[in-house]
Amino acid sequence: MISFEQKLNQHGYSKFLASEVKTLQLNVGKKCNQACKHCHVDAGPNRTEEMTRETADKVLLALQLSKIKTVDITGGAPELNPSFEYVVTAAKKLGCHIIVRCNLTVLLVDGKEHLPEFFRDNEIEVISSLPYFLADRTDSQRGEGVFEASLKALWKLNQLGYGQEGTNLLLNLVYNPVGAYLPPDQASVERDFKKELFERYRIVFNRLYTITNMPINRYLNYLHKSGNYEKYMQRLIESFNPGTIDGLMCRHLVSVSWDGNLYDCDFNQMLNLPIKTIESRTIDTFNSNLLSGREIETGLHCFGCTAGTGSSCGGTIT
Amino acid sequence: MSEYYRDDDLDHFKDIAKHRPDLFEKFMQWYASTLQEGALSKREKALIGLAVAHALQCPYCIDSYSQTCLETGSNPDQMIEAIHLASAIRAGSTLIHGLQAYRTVDKLTM
Repeated sequence: MISFEQKLNQHGYSKFLASEVKTLQLNVGKKCNQACKHCHVDAGPNRTEEMTRETADKVLLALQLSKIKTVDITGGAPELNPSFEYVVTAAKKLGCHIIVRCNLTVLLVDGKEHLPEFFRDNEIEVISSLPYFLADRTDSQRGEGVFEASLKALWKLNQLGYGQEGTNLLLNLVYNPVGAYLPPDQASVERDFKKELFERYRIVFNRLYTITNMPINRYLNYLHKSGNYEKYMQRLIESFNPGTIDGLMCRHLVSVSWDGNLYDCDFNQMLNLPIKTIESRTIDTFNSNLLSGREIETGLHCFGCTAGTGSSCGGTIT
Repeated sequence: MSEYYRDDDLDHFKDIAKHRPDLFEKFMQWYASTLQEGALSKREKALIGLAVAHALQCPYCIDSYSQTCLETGSNPDQMIEAIHLASAIRAGSTLIHGLQAYRTVDKLTM
């Protein structure tokens, strides 16, 4: 099987370099109230890894000393970290735009019911997974009853102005395939979701991002168990699109793990592939100048981001 | 015969060009053109492909177009509707030939 590095070489990239770091992505922990079948984090209710207040303060200091103005918070369910609201409030004071990758159902968890108002008050951009507009396919990936609970959370967010025209409250949904295939055209499936979610449930949202499932951790296990691994990898490699390279998320973000280590992306973080810049590998030594222009670590999983129209935290690339 | 249709045959489709590659090349150009977005969307074309694959009962095409349908955004409800339509047309096509039988019977009987 050809390596990602070899593929890049074939397309004239002798070195794969980052551009300016514009986004700091924080993975504040692996605890989640769900345990989705495709999760690349292997997150779940029994995970205990979570970013401490001390590490969170170091992140905030790094933000203060850099020009980074976008903070993308993920997990697990990031809202379950006790320092979540502290980090959001402090980063907001630094003038950062905050994105939270919210699984929706966490907004119904006891003690977390106030979060929709907290999101609104801090003008947080909410990005939420909803693999399909029908219950069976959503629940088969995310767990029994998740679709119904997700609808309740979406209704609440809509009531507060999220996803509504004329507000700055962005509510974006994420579609990822429920199985071993590539996502459809983003614009086309966004039209379907907008029509179906409104007609069936009166739910509105801003954008729908299609994201390719990454062949790592829980999803990788699924590929092996279902006998789909070889064909899926072949599909990703055959669908390599050089037009996606300039827009890959690793080129403009740095990912911080719950324990303060730095990675080129959340996937490398889960594979424990540290950033190559040895002078700035932890939040203690974070240096955005050094990290801009760094050489990016790659692996076979990177074909997931370059297949077809590409895949990133913001959906399709091309 | 259990190995008559092999999983990896589709990956080796290009081996058809072993003889008269010019014909295969023409076929592939034509085939690829028909799949492009046009007056019909790629999703609609994938559903037509799935229906035809079932009418032909071609295992290669069924595998291929099932995946294409998912990757162009169709769901299993839409896919099975297309398959039912293909099946119904096949059944109707069989049934309407009963008129030929009637005509033959009329001609042969008093």
